Amino acid sequence: MNIFIDNRSGAPIYDQIYNQIKDLIISGELRENDPLPSIRSLAKDMRISVVTTKRAYDELEREGLIYTLPAKGCFVAPQNTEILREQNLKKIEEHMVEIKKLAASCKLTKEDIIVMFDILDEQE
Amino acid sequence: MNRSDLMNALEIKDLTKEYKGFKLDNLSLTLPTGCIMGLIGENGAGKSTTINSILGLKKYDHGTIKVLGQDMNAELKQDIGVVLDEVGIPQALNIKNVRSVMKNIYSNWDDKAFGDYVKKFSLPDNKKFSDFSKGMKMKLAIAIALSHNAKLLILDEPTSGLDPLVRDEIIDILNDFTRDEGHSILISSHIVSDLEKLCDYIAFLHKGKLMLCEEKDVLLERYRFINATEEQLSELDPDAIKGKKTGKFSTEAIVDQELIPANFRTAPITIEDLFVFMAKEEN
Repeated sequence: MNIFIDNRSGAPIYDQIYNQIKDLIISGELRENDPLPSIRSLAKDMRISVVTTKRAYDELEREGLIYTLPAKGCFVAPQNTEILREQNLKKIEEHMVEIKKLAASCKLTKEDIIVMFDILDEQE
Repeated sequence: MNRSDLMNALEIKDLTKEYKGFKLDNLSLTLPTGCIMGLIGENGAGKSTTINSILGLKKYDHGTIKVLGQDMNAELKQDIGVVLDEVGIPQALNIKNVRSVMKNIYSNWDDKAFGDYVKKFSLPDNKKFSDFSKGMKMKLAIAIALSHNAKLLILDEPTSGLDPLVRDEIIDILNDFTRDEGHSILISSHIVSDLEKLCDYIAFLHKGKLMLCEEKDVLLERYRFINATEEQLSELDPDAIKGKKTGKFSTEAIVDQELIPANFRTAPITIEDLFVFMAKEEN
């Protein structure tokens, strides 16, 4: 599991950890019942405060993304992937609405946008 | 008593000590078990007075102190690793002597761990303590503090006089010490950047008073730099401004992000910045 902390981004550290673990779970890279590093070992390995990793894990647990077994540790909770997929589809739709708005202000056609998307695709 | 069940490694309530010209004024601090707290303050702020009071080295006028849930007593000292400015090792002893002395003082002396630290810190086996450099003395004190299975480390300026490489190594060692959730550290230092790396909680002491005690990450998230004109600053909630520096072309201020309008451009602070700005504001 790879987690990167950006100290200068201004985004709170617990938020960065929460989001990265959440993304790993949604993308399927972390699977149902996979163990997570303990709050303490994550903190010590990343040289950050245990208070912060605990906050991130508490939030993940509140959101139903992970569960805790006493004396065993934290694990990825079974996800309702349909619901998560729905959430992501909705986000993509929202972004598309934004793109349409901006394209209109630049007088770009649908075809222009598709060309831009293809170029991006090739660059990856 | 199962010590790792203890909620707090240290509980200080209303600690007060008065000397001529100085007063440690109703200091209250709590160090939860498994955490690291950094004590920052100018010389004479009261850090050493606080630490000496905790260790029972100095009597205090008022207040209560609980260490690992108890009042300080001789047996408790077995569980506390201490590094103070005055490293109390007789000058004529060398490492070999120190080893035999410590074996007798500490019932949980871990000779192998001590040997590993001596090697790690490249401490000379046969030199007399009086011939040690300041840096070597500090390293020896730290090695001893870490070699008797202590549950709580109390360190007063443990890295002063040490070069950046050694300091980094020691910070790593202290970080590792708290991988065990029953281990806690109270550390005072002028090298605020070391504390910023290591600590869970930060306490600011200034002229005998506690200016703040807060989670380090909360401090770094909540307080930010802004650059503005005096006029713009005067329009802000006065409680938002923690301190400022007026320059020729603009004023730099540290503000509470939650109390200013959202569109202000802010930059991150360091803990050292925060202390300096707040202390100057107090003066």
